[in-house]
Amino acid sequence: MALNKSDVEKIAHLARLEINEADIPLYANNLTNILSFVEQMSAVDTTGVEPMAHPLAASQRLRPDTITETNQRELFQSIAPQVEAGLYLVPKVIE
Amino acid sequence: MLHNKTIAELSADLHAGEYSSEHLTRAFLARIEQFNPQLNALVTVTAEQALADARVADARLKTGTAGPLTGIPLVQKDIFCTKGVKTSCGSRMLDNFIAPYDATTVAKLKDAGMVMVGKANMDEFAMGSSNETSFYGPVKNPWDTAAVPGGSSGGSAAAVAARLAPVATGTDTGGSIRQPAALCGITGIKPTYGRVSRYGMIAFASSLDQGGPMARTAEDCALVLGAMAGFDERDSTSVDMPVPDYRATLNDSIQGLKIGLPKEYFGEGLDAQVAQVIDDAIKQYRALGAEVVEISLPNTQLAVPTYYVVAPAECSSNLSRFDGVRFGYRCENPHDLLDLYKRSRGEGFGSEVKRRIMIGTYALSAGYYDAYYIKAQQLRRLISDDFIQAFKQVDVIMGPTSPTVAFNIGEKVADPVTMYLSDIYTIAVNLAGLPGMSIPAGFVGKRPVGLQLIGNYFAEARLLNVAHKYQQATDWHQRIPEGFK
Repeated sequence: MALNKSDVEKIAHLARLEINEADIPLYANNLTNILSFVEQMSAVDTTGVEPMAHPLAASQRLRPDTITETNQRELFQSIAPQVEAGLYLVPKVIE
Repeated sequence: MLHNKTIAELSADLHAGEYSSEHLTRAFLARIEQFNPQLNALVTVTAEQALADARVADARLKTGTAGPLTGIPLVQKDIFCTKGVKTSCGSRMLDNFIAPYDATTVAKLKDAGMVMVGKANMDEFAMGSSNETSFYGPVKNPWDTAAVPGGSSGGSAAAVAARLAPVATGTDTGGSIRQPAALCGITGIKPTYGRVSRYGMIAFASSLDQGGPMARTAEDCALVLGAMAGFDERDSTSVDMPVPDYRATLNDSIQGLKIGLPKEYFGEGLDAQVAQVIDDAIKQYRALGAEVVEISLPNTQLAVPTYYVVAPAECSSNLSRFDGVRFGYRCENPHDLLDLYKRSRGEGFGSEVKRRIMIGTYALSAGYYDAYYIKAQQLRRLISDDFIQAFKQVDVIMGPTSPTVAFNIGEKVADPVTMYLSDIYTIAVNLAGLPGMSIPAGFVGKRPVGLQLIGNYFAEARLLNVAHKYQQATDWHQRIPEGFK
């Protein structure tokens, strides 16, 4: 499975990553190598094997629906790139 | 010399009033000032806070409210959130990030009275096996500064080996505690998945990540693991099981212990001189009364390929939180929201992190999910079942931690797949969720060799016991790198 320039651009877009034009051939090459390396997996017949998502066969723990956390908006927003009136600012989304 | 004492020895001295924690902390801070510039092991030094914490520890020691770790200096890997202190995760993305809270393990070690002297350099977001992917530059191996210290917990391992602190924390997703411990000639343990809280430990691959201590002896690891481990309601995968007194069983007999040697760990790819060191270590265990049997972990070859689907898939999801909006790096003058996301992430992440995010994104994307992600999860089951079968026959599995000693800085950076293969013996343990250790077992030239010990689920006490018995009979763990004595 060899990835070309447009594959890399598509994956980078899905991952919301800006990749410099000049670096695309190197990424295409690296990613192709990694994918051909993991390709070894397909040689094994895994029919009927239950996928293992997690090392411990545990189900998610439930907790009572009570408030345990306090509001720390100011503390958390003190490290944000741009805030105003308690809101996170981003470039305008709707004209 | 204070810096050559173990935690157990330092603790006894502090309790006997031989010297204060402030005195001890100053001694380690002086070593950091002297040696860190050449090693680049620490990215942040918290001298002022450390001295304040040391004075609090001294007060506890005087009033009899101190425990065995009170007043002992410690380095935290920079993946653990430390309230009010920069927590970079080795990335430009978090170069400006002052954590607003403490990770659970950080809080627990603070409560035990440990004194944090600084934060350790690491591969960016723990993705790497050489510490060369750090935004802050590579760490040098104290045994040979031309060599890498291993990774991702390379700064932690180098700091302990160079006696900049008696212990450091690490995290291990595919070998990131054990491999640098091996390459730097120290002792490290990756506990069973779920044993140590992941709350506040910046996530790379959530079903694989696990924190643990890196120190010079198994006894010191036992002391610190005892304080790190335990149930945490803030981590949904934390296991609610009592923490044993790991120190109490260190001297248990290993007469009749059944050691399994997986034949797949001694085949092609293993350096002959490393193999010789491991053989000698196994002989030592026989002399201590253990029985050795050959076993097979038939799916070993599949562990690295499986890992490089599972871990990137989880990382692509975990790292989506770094969006330039709420914290961390934001690009200059974004012209719209998409540009803000793309450039903040493109500029904030280094190339290895971007590669892994892209592999994960690809493996999870429509049309490829079954062929990559589901397939990898099925193989994960087979790899895990190999260990379950093996532990029906043996108590502990042993082998090399790494196929070679530390390689040179720059040697493997151009070829990601070659770098990935340096974790061939450690990765399967994370896929299965088992505990694993690395202990110093000898040298090839100037560079240390680590012996890996793999235990059954929640058998940390047994691993520490088996490691301790070896350390009572050998002195590899007491060797000090030339120039750091």
